[in-house]
Amino acid sequence: MRSRRDQIMAILVVLPSLALLAVFVYGFIAQTVYISLTDWGQGAALALKPEIHFVGAYNYRELFTGFLNVRFRQDLVNMVFFTVMFVAASLALGLFLATMLDQRIRGEAVFRTIFLFPMSLSFIVTGTIWRWLLQPRGGVNVLPSLVGLPPASFLWLSSRDQVLQFNWQTLPYFVVLGAALVLVAWGLWSAARRRFRAAALTGLPGLVLLAWALAGGATQLQTLPFQEPHGFNLALIGVVIAATWQMSGYTMALYLAGLRTIPDELREAARVDGASTLQVYRYVELPLLAPITWSAIIVLGHIALKIFDLVFAMAGPDNAPTSVPAILMFLTTFRGNELAKGASIAVILLVMVSLLIVPYLLASFRTGRA
Amino acid sequence: MRTSKWLAVLVVSVTLVACLGAAATSAPLSGKLEIFSWWAGDEGPALQALIELYEKQHPGVQVINSTVTGGAGVNAKAVLKTRMLGGEPPDTFQVHAGQELIGTWVVAGRMEDLSDLYAKEGWKSAFPEGLLKLLSTDRGIWSVPVNIHRSNVLWYVPDNLKKWGVKVPATWDEFLAIAPTLKAKGIVPLALGENWTASHLWESVALACLGKDKWEALWQGKLSWKSPEVVGAWKTFGKVLEYTNQDAPSLSWQQATDMVVKGQAAFNVMGDWAAGYMATTLKLQPGKDFGWAPAPGTSGVFMMLSDSFGLPVGAPHRENTLAWLRMLGSKEAQDTFNPLKGSISARVDSDLSKYNAYLQSAAKDWRTNAIVGSLVHGVVANERFMNDFATVMEIFLNSRNPEAAANAAQAIAIQAGIGR
Repeated sequence: MRSRRDQIMAILVVLPSLALLAVFVYGFIAQTVYISLTDWGQGAALALKPEIHFVGAYNYRELFTGFLNVRFRQDLVNMVFFTVMFVAASLALGLFLATMLDQRIRGEAVFRTIFLFPMSLSFIVTGTIWRWLLQPRGGVNVLPSLVGLPPASFLWLSSRDQVLQFNWQTLPYFVVLGAALVLVAWGLWSAARRRFRAAALTGLPGLVLLAWALAGGATQLQTLPFQEPHGFNLALIGVVIAATWQMSGYTMALYLAGLRTIPDELREAARVDGASTLQVYRYVELPLLAPITWSAIIVLGHIALKIFDLVFAMAGPDNAPTSVPAILMFLTTFRGNELAKGASIAVILLVMVSLLIVPYLLASFRTGRA
Repeated sequence: MRTSKWLAVLVVSVTLVACLGAAATSAPLSGKLEIFSWWAGDEGPALQALIELYEKQHPGVQVINSTVTGGAGVNAKAVLKTRMLGGEPPDTFQVHAGQELIGTWVVAGRMEDLSDLYAKEGWKSAFPEGLLKLLSTDRGIWSVPVNIHRSNVLWYVPDNLKKWGVKVPATWDEFLAIAPTLKAKGIVPLALGENWTASHLWESVALACLGKDKWEALWQGKLSWKSPEVVGAWKTFGKVLEYTNQDAPSLSWQQATDMVVKGQAAFNVMGDWAAGYMATTLKLQPGKDFGWAPAPGTSGVFMMLSDSFGLPVGAPHRENTLAWLRMLGSKEAQDTFNPLKGSISARVDSDLSKYNAYLQSAAKDWRTNAIVGSLVHGVVANERFMNDFATVMEIFLNSRNPEAAANAAQAIAIQAGIGR
């Protein structure tokens, strides 16, 4: 049995870091949230005692619906596309490299080091090098001329071409529709597992939402009085390449460690049962790597959502085709002196990262207790 | 003679008292002086020359040179703002003269009025009146300019123009007339760089379309952005953009200048730091290897910008800062700093023999031309407007719609309180 003294000691030891966290993390988060609900940034914003009024959700409403904040919305779209593409590319490339290295090839340690090395650079260095490589008149664009072809002319970081365009007005409708479908699917899944109470709790509201959305209720949620196209900027491809170049070594290391923990007995057992190499890979190894994929998604995802330095170094602060909310937050706050609006962008970023991280934390907390 | 003896005594004693008085006012300064700026790299030596001059005049003062580099001052301004908000101002800091200082720090009550210093040093006649107007509000004068750059300059290579058979355009209409011939020869008529250089080009085009008086009215809030004149400026700007290089957003301003030097482009509109770049870095001879003219349609108007230093409220070493500011405004300091920086002195009595051919011609214009302030470089609009103007430019570059840009600009002008 643990003594009382031990418990007191334990609390005393943890207390300083708890206090520091309370002030420097949670205190400042609370302050930022408060600032985001004010109008700090009018007139003499940087006075010793600036005039600050509480304005509720005004800044958030402006960001999502004000016609001058079109850049914020495009930045948000950029961020989502960048995150999805960067995470997917890093996972795929990392898995490929790890699988290749796992073939017990010669000089494995050398290759491992080579692939892992870019991770030791800072994003600023990576960004600067790739900015040079992606210059429209140099770098990769002149590669075709080595084999006698005319040089390419793609504007890697400044192209204004967009694909996958959608109208911002329709976004609320699809969000509602998506949420309804997820709820229904969850309900069906629970029902299949004979958890009828959970099924009713998620499935029924989902069905109601779905019916409401399909009946046209959600179309009234239009946020903008005019059409506003947003989409995937082709200029982002360059940023995705640079980020993947840097981080795929990391996913390779994770996957390689994962592959090495799979006991050979499992593979042998599968082979005895008549599985081909591909089948061993598909049905034995890949499923066992799933937890690694999840943690890699969390780590890479939160890096991608908060990305700032790489884009800043590659394209500068005012290159809208590649801009992301973190850069916009910096400019709005420290160049435009609109501190409340900057704080709102920061809070939105925090919420998006939490959406990614909190479920993961909850899940690992639960398995930890079990 | 008795009277002359008394007179001699009087003269001697007056001189003595005067000397004592002078000695009292120039009691050796001590302590520290922290100078906050974003001048490093190319501009570092010019700042260093000023610091050396100061240390010679005030050997007791330890100068701390705090520079934060990168992002054309964006990073330095962010650090400065956190320091000021945290109640830890430097003794003095670099800031673009005009609304970038006034709209952020003066309205916030963070700067001391320098009117007394201006009166004592006789600067009200040493600096042109147009400059003083841009530095002041009705409550005082807020900073001491160390240099003057010109924004509305058109650069070219004289030999190339002769080869292609075109003349330097005096108006944008003339430019639009010769541009197709240049384009047909595979030459980019006007070289352009990243986003801010597009705004830089815009201010020259707008000044040409509006003229001096309406340009000023725009910033006093007396001319609407939706007025036909301003919409017309956006239209002309759109036409001019048709003759710029495709890859502009990927180029720095230096690379845009390089295009002119290498004969890939005919013209470039850039501030006159381009002259410093071509003369010092590329070792070209002003007037022979490269030529210049006022940007089309802006002859007789000098669109200026200026780096300046002020006195923040609560500066830890106020006396040392005042001595620094007094030195900055002097002819000696200005003529030490500017030839190195590649800019001209703000004073009308500077020693022109220390400057190269381009700077001499700029100084001549500075003394005779009408003076207006630049938008992109912080003279006529506050930081909030400048920041949001990047969005307006973005809206225009995406839509190429003059009315949409004008509407957006009017909306941000109201939000940012232009002319209030």
